[in-house]
Amino acid sequence: MNLKPSRLAVLFVAAWIIVYFALEPATISFVSLLSLPPDSRLTEAIRFFVYEAPKVLLLLTIVVFVVGIIRSYFSPERTRQILGKRSLFLGNILASMLGIVTPFCSCSAVPLFIGFVETGIPLGVTFSFLIAAPMINEVAVVLLFGLFGWKTALIYVTTGLAIAISSGFVIGRLRVERFVEEWVYTVKSQNLTLDSNPTFDDRVRAGFVAVRDIVSKVWVYVLIGIGVGAGVHGYVPENFLAGIMGKSAWWSVPVSVLIGVPLYSNAAGIIPIVHALLEKGASLGTALAFMMSVIGLSLPEMIILRKVLKLPLILIFVVVVAVGIIIVGYLFNFIY
Amino acid sequence: MVYPMKIKILGPGCVNCKTLANRTLEAVQQLEIEATVEKVEDIQAIASYGILRTPGLVIDERVVSYGMVPKVEEIKALILKQSAKV
Repeated sequence: MNLKPSRLAVLFVAAWIIVYFALEPATISFVSLLSLPPDSRLTEAIRFFVYEAPKVLLLLTIVVFVVGIIRSYFSPERTRQILGKRSLFLGNILASMLGIVTPFCSCSAVPLFIGFVETGIPLGVTFSFLIAAPMINEVAVVLLFGLFGWKTALIYVTTGLAIAISSGFVIGRLRVERFVEEWVYTVKSQNLTLDSNPTFDDRVRAGFVAVRDIVSKVWVYVLIGIGVGAGVHGYVPENFLAGIMGKSAWWSVPVSVLIGVPLYSNAAGIIPIVHALLEKGASLGTALAFMMSVIGLSLPEMIILRKVLKLPLILIFVVVVAVGIIIVGYLFNFIY
Repeated sequence: MVYPMKIKILGPGCVNCKTLANRTLEAVQQLEIEATVEKVEDIQAIASYGILRTPGLVIDERVVSYGMVPKVEEIKALILKQSAKV
């Protein structure tokens, strides 16, 4: 039987809903079947893992599916067209928002950068896109939502956007054009016309492909992360980190960012660590700042971008974004 | 076709680029056509084709696919379509 993707999608969503609502009773009875000793640390850890892991994986699957369909309406080519001759500030806002929905992989950062420059998109606007695209993504949002609730997810998205917009704007004002490798300005590329008119079935298929590609890549990190979280949950004393990562330690935000910048991990790998940090007394601002610096800035990405940017601009980029993240970190430590 | 087809894979050496190269070789073998398959890893050369996403597939200097890895069957179709134009 060859099912149309849109019909398959209906079945998929229906099955998802059933599984999601059956999950809690199922995990509860599963845990009681194990007949674990009550109030032991091991029981706590196992419970945490059994409750959290399937829930987060399920949420991840459905969101990746929906975002996969949404993304099929956007492409870097169209984004480039939209950003065409925008002025600085408005352009930064648009670029940051498009950075969230446009399909982007850091392996394509260089051709994308060149293509944007060639079209005449201001550098500052291009940077807003390059900052938002990796930092704010569906995997991060799902994990934050699943583990900490919608408020934290929303805070992350809005502050991430604010950082992308303002950092791009600042870089744009610094007149850094001379720090782009000269050859970039001389690229004259062919005009590409690959016309395709995807049907809705094609878009649904794109959603399934996204699930296959992303979930198959990320689920191991999610399980490891939740496993680590479970271990910390049961064994490390609460407020263990309060002294070094709590609010009272004023230097904790910049130090977390300094540690986070060279590190690289995708959202799936880092969020469970953030979870563990928060639970053990780290403050929200410090934990968020750490997370943003790990997934937003990374050594591998800088090495890739070095092909088109001279060293001073790489440094400016890192410093401006890092300062933005630090400000956000302090802001949250101050508010909460 | 009057000459062996020139096929290029555009990409800086990521996993997707390698997959595309392997599939293209397979497509060429299955079609039993005369073609050269070349990997282009130089970023300046890649940029000159105007793609914003790698990997790119170029047949006789025309970009026929980019930003995704088509299946072997799809690559075969692209090759046949392109050869019909010559």
